[in-house]
Amino acid sequence: MSLERTKPLLLPLAALLVFELWIRLSHLQSDSLAPPSAVLAALVAALADLSIPIATGDTLLAAFAGLAIGSVIGLALGIAFGVSSVLDRLMEVTVEAIRPIPSIALLPIALIALGFGYRMEIVIVAFACVWPMLILSRSAVRGIEPRLMEVSRALRLTPMQRIIKIIVPAALPRIFVAFRLSAGIALIVAVTVEIAINPLGLGAGIMLAQQALRPDLMLAYLVWIGAVGYGLNLVLIVVQQRLFGRAATAGAGS
Amino acid sequence: MSAAAMIWRMASFAVAAGFVGVWQLIANLKLVSPVFLPGPDRAWTALMRGFTSGDLASKLVGTLEHMAYGWLAASIAGIALGALIGSSRLMRIYIAPSLEFLRPLPVSAIIPVAIAMLGLTEGMALFVIAFGAIWPIMLATIHGFAAVEPRLYEVARALQMSRSAMVFKIALPSALPDILAGMRLSLTVALILSVVCEVLAGLDGLGHWVLLSARAFRSADLFAGVILLGAMGYVTSVAMSLAERRLLAWQSTR
Repeated sequence: MSLERTKPLLLPLAALLVFELWIRLSHLQSDSLAPPSAVLAALVAALADLSIPIATGDTLLAAFAGLAIGSVIGLALGIAFGVSSVLDRLMEVTVEAIRPIPSIALLPIALIALGFGYRMEIVIVAFACVWPMLILSRSAVRGIEPRLMEVSRALRLTPMQRIIKIIVPAALPRIFVAFRLSAGIALIVAVTVEIAINPLGLGAGIMLAQQALRPDLMLAYLVWIGAVGYGLNLVLIVVQQRLFGRAATAGAGS
Repeated sequence: MSAAAMIWRMASFAVAAGFVGVWQLIANLKLVSPVFLPGPDRAWTALMRGFTSGDLASKLVGTLEHMAYGWLAASIAGIALGALIGSSRLMRIYIAPSLEFLRPLPVSAIIPVAIAMLGLTEGMALFVIAFGAIWPIMLATIHGFAAVEPRLYEVARALQMSRSAMVFKIALPSALPDILAGMRLSLTVALILSVVCEVLAGLDGLGHWVLLSARAFRSADLFAGVILLGAMGYVTSVAMSLAERRLLAWQSTR
């Protein structure tokens, strides 16, 4: 069992070792590569002087704020479209016309309207998070057991009560899956905006390290960004399993 | 039935036209400063002018080229690598977990590394786009190969097929729906990364165009570029759906 678990680690470790030896032995001087040991040292140093923790805070703040706004909008629209097929059909062309705009194309618009900073990044992240939330919560609401809707009709629930008492709880596992997906997208978009233009957070940090010709620090940022993405995904998967058990995965499959 | 669908479609277009009308109204009443929000009329004129007398067409082609080359390279490499890893149990044990670890990495974080290695060149853009677009395709291929009905493999063994025949005649067709879904996902990624690379490296394309328009506060040109990017996203996704339907026609008759 323990051997099985170590097997996947062998390849990356071997690759790192070979890389380290190759650079050390060939005395490579490079603006783009650094031995793993130097990357680790840079990572520890940047963590210790708080530059990476502060940048991580900035990035996550923008990502989560955008995620919150985008999710609420997407969820509200998704539930509305899922409940009312009339509304869904009427809005179809509008949604299909706006959805394919790549989120990053809004960057210049947000830039001239809001300038550099958190607000511009939050708006772009929110735009990107609306769509997966809308599409998936709409199909989650449509996938609700019809008998539950019959019960709500028999109980003469008002539409508001129906949404709060029946629809949201029944669709919640799948809505959470959508939220998990959006969270990944939020982080990706936030980092991308920072790399492209916004002087803020992890993306700006990695660009600065590149322009300062510090490959060790640049790769340290890369590793850290990867770790943040992995950690975020892991936390959300654990939360999902704690909250919903198998319901979420079963619901997503149907 | 189709007549009813037609009417819904028309109504849906009417709603979308209504939104454009509201946009025009807001612009005409100058509720938002025209510096930030041009009316649809001005955006449309800018679009037409860009095509007839400007270089918008060549920018469009530039972005299309970036996207298409990167995506095609990623598709070929992704399917080949995915097939290699997916068809070998040993590789699945040793390599696949490392790939899963890399998946949540925001791919744009690779851009600074690519710039450090390749400079602000077309090659850099191609590398970044291909690198970003390869993940969904490769992981979908691996997943598709792993999910092939085991009895098909038994049949192949009974027929004494060679490994390559097994891959081409059984595994690839059976994994095709997964692969196409992955390719559709990476199409969006390729478009976003094309825009980001153009913004960063000043390469000929719509990304560069919208950034320059924003810097010069030519909001009508900016909106024309964004509309064009949205149209590109829409057209490519429709083309992908058509290809999917064509290639997967056998599925519905199963």
